[in-house]
Amino acid sequence: MVRYILGRLGRALITIFLVLSIVFLLMRLLPVDGYFEGRTDLMSDTVKNVILKDLGLLDPWYKQLFDFWRKLLLEGDLGKSIVIRKNVPVARLIWPKAMVSFEFGIIALAIQQLVGLTAGVLMARHKGRLADKLGNLYILLINALPAAVYFLAIQLYLSSVLKLPMLYDPINTSSRILPIICLSLGGIASNAMWMRRYMVDQMNMDYIRLARAKGMTSGQVAFRHVMRNAFIPMAQSLPTAVLFTISGSLYVESLFSIPGLGGLLIQSIQRQDNTMVQAMVLLYSVISISGLLLGDIAMMICDPRIKLTKKGESR
Amino acid sequence: MKIDRQPYRPFFRRFKDYKLDKMQQAFRDAEQADPAEISDDLFEFAGHDIMDAERIGYSNYSYWRSTFQVFFKKKVSVFLLAFLVALLAFTFIQPLLPNQKDPYRVYNDEAGKTLMNVQPNEEFWFGTNNIGQDIWSRIWSGTRTSLFIGLCVAMSNNIIGIVLGSIWGYARKWDKLFTEVYNLFDNIPYTVLRMLLMYIMRPSLKTMIIVMVLTGWIGMSKYIRNLILIYRDREFNLASRCLGTPSRRIIIKNILPQLISVIMLQTALAIPEAIGAEVFLTYIGLGLPVSIPSLGNLINEGRRVMLVASQRYQLLYPVLVVSAITISFYALGNAFADASDPRNHR
Repeated sequence: MVRYILGRLGRALITIFLVLSIVFLLMRLLPVDGYFEGRTDLMSDTVKNVILKDLGLLDPWYKQLFDFWRKLLLEGDLGKSIVIRKNVPVARLIWPKAMVSFEFGIIALAIQQLVGLTAGVLMARHKGRLADKLGNLYILLINALPAAVYFLAIQLYLSSVLKLPMLYDPINTSSRILPIICLSLGGIASNAMWMRRYMVDQMNMDYIRLARAKGMTSGQVAFRHVMRNAFIPMAQSLPTAVLFTISGSLYVESLFSIPGLGGLLIQSIQRQDNTMVQAMVLLYSVISISGLLLGDIAMMICDPRIKLTKKGESR
Repeated sequence: MKIDRQPYRPFFRRFKDYKLDKMQQAFRDAEQADPAEISDDLFEFAGHDIMDAERIGYSNYSYWRSTFQVFFKKKVSVFLLAFLVALLAFTFIQPLLPNQKDPYRVYNDEAGKTLMNVQPNEEFWFGTNNIGQDIWSRIWSGTRTSLFIGLCVAMSNNIIGIVLGSIWGYARKWDKLFTEVYNLFDNIPYTVLRMLLMYIMRPSLKTMIIVMVLTGWIGMSKYIRNLILIYRDREFNLASRCLGTPSRRIIIKNILPQLISVIMLQTALAIPEAIGAEVFLTYIGLGLPVSIPSLGNLINEGRRVMLVASQRYQLLYPVLVVSAITISFYALGNAFADASDPRNHR
């Protein structure tokens, strides 16, 4: 087991190395005009060269890549932001924003799980009746409509109907309600869809029929048998979901002007803040890889039948 | 209960029901009947017929016929299909109709003043935007652009995904390599990839399609690979392999036909997805150039004037059209997937 985890960690390190290097090199392909922050025509070529040289962009690409990795590995230094807030260490910029996103994300995640799974169970138990049809309509709308559309509708109309503020304000707690609703909608739909599908499939299984035959009510079966089994795949996806709450949502955060992490990556790319982009790509790939690993371990703890170390069957 | 797709099943079932009904009817009759009334002439000998004894039940089950039967039995899906066909047809016929405006032209009144932000009226059915272009014709022109992007992306993803996914799933020796490549791609946040590629190649229609395909093919390949794995070692494939059928033929003739329904579902879902991605890229300022009307551009233009209540129509109409298209593609894809699932066939 320990060997397996170590092996996976080793491969994860290689993946992270490659991902970061690819993004690093792609960033170097961007046109250099971006580094002058739109003041291209005001600068002479000498000034431009000095700026590029300060950023270390005149070296050949392999030297830049080598320097980057040497600094990161030997000194643990991700560098300082070069555009967004000049000369502030990137970690100091990212951390507070990540915490804001985390606060919203974790509440939304809890709502998604609670509401989504309950809705899924209800839909499966009323299959083909009104509750099921309404639920399916909701899932259809959320999946089919582009997110921008219903976020705009919520911001525009729900804020006036419920008399809630349209923009986020750290002092006013009620201004958090709408963004959290927006963040939860998609997750509620996918959780409900998944739970319903799972319940309906399981309802025809032999062990459920046995449980029903020995006199358990359908409610008892749903909660004691189906829910317990349904928890296993959830255990796998939950760590990733929790970790990714810090990445925030671009749409929601920019609509409600929340100072979260959501727009930062895009802003950094747009303004060609290389160090920021590298730090955030590193953060995201570490999150996604460790999330997967934690998920697999959590799944194994929940369900002793699952063995990660066993060789897969041929099929 | 799992229903296997055994050929005699439908016949058997009908036969059994029929027999059951007859028996129940007979019991009911017998309960009501006066015992005295039952005489021997109510019964007859069945006799023995050699031909009858040799008769075998069979089903003329045809996969596609059952699929279409199930599909057309639902009124909602027929309606959606008709609606979508009409909408698509109209999108392409619209510029040929009389009295249509030019989506690119800026309209001026007689005095030469630009007709900007005109409320919807008889001349401009959906009003004009802030530089005086006709929103009605821009919406349909934008729909053409967005559908074109969606179709191109869906087709390319499908072709690349099916070819690579088949190799990945079928050839064991490639599995490791492909899995590593997948892990690599999967770990670059694809917003980053899309944005960087968009920047490097400059926004245009072609770039947008290329970027979406570059970030989409790997997911489709993985999906096809997982499906191929399910069928790869089934008995009928084993038999084919023993008979010396080349792998290519096994994949094309034995496995892919089983996947047609899921592939069609993926195609149907890829179009709303591509439209959503286009709206998103436009939102972060990396969409098509503003000069080309597209649904993303129209929504984005509308969003800018959203806070002025009197100009909300500029957002409302594009949003309605986008919603109609994406919802019907999505619902239709799902209805077709349900219909093509053999478990729903009778």
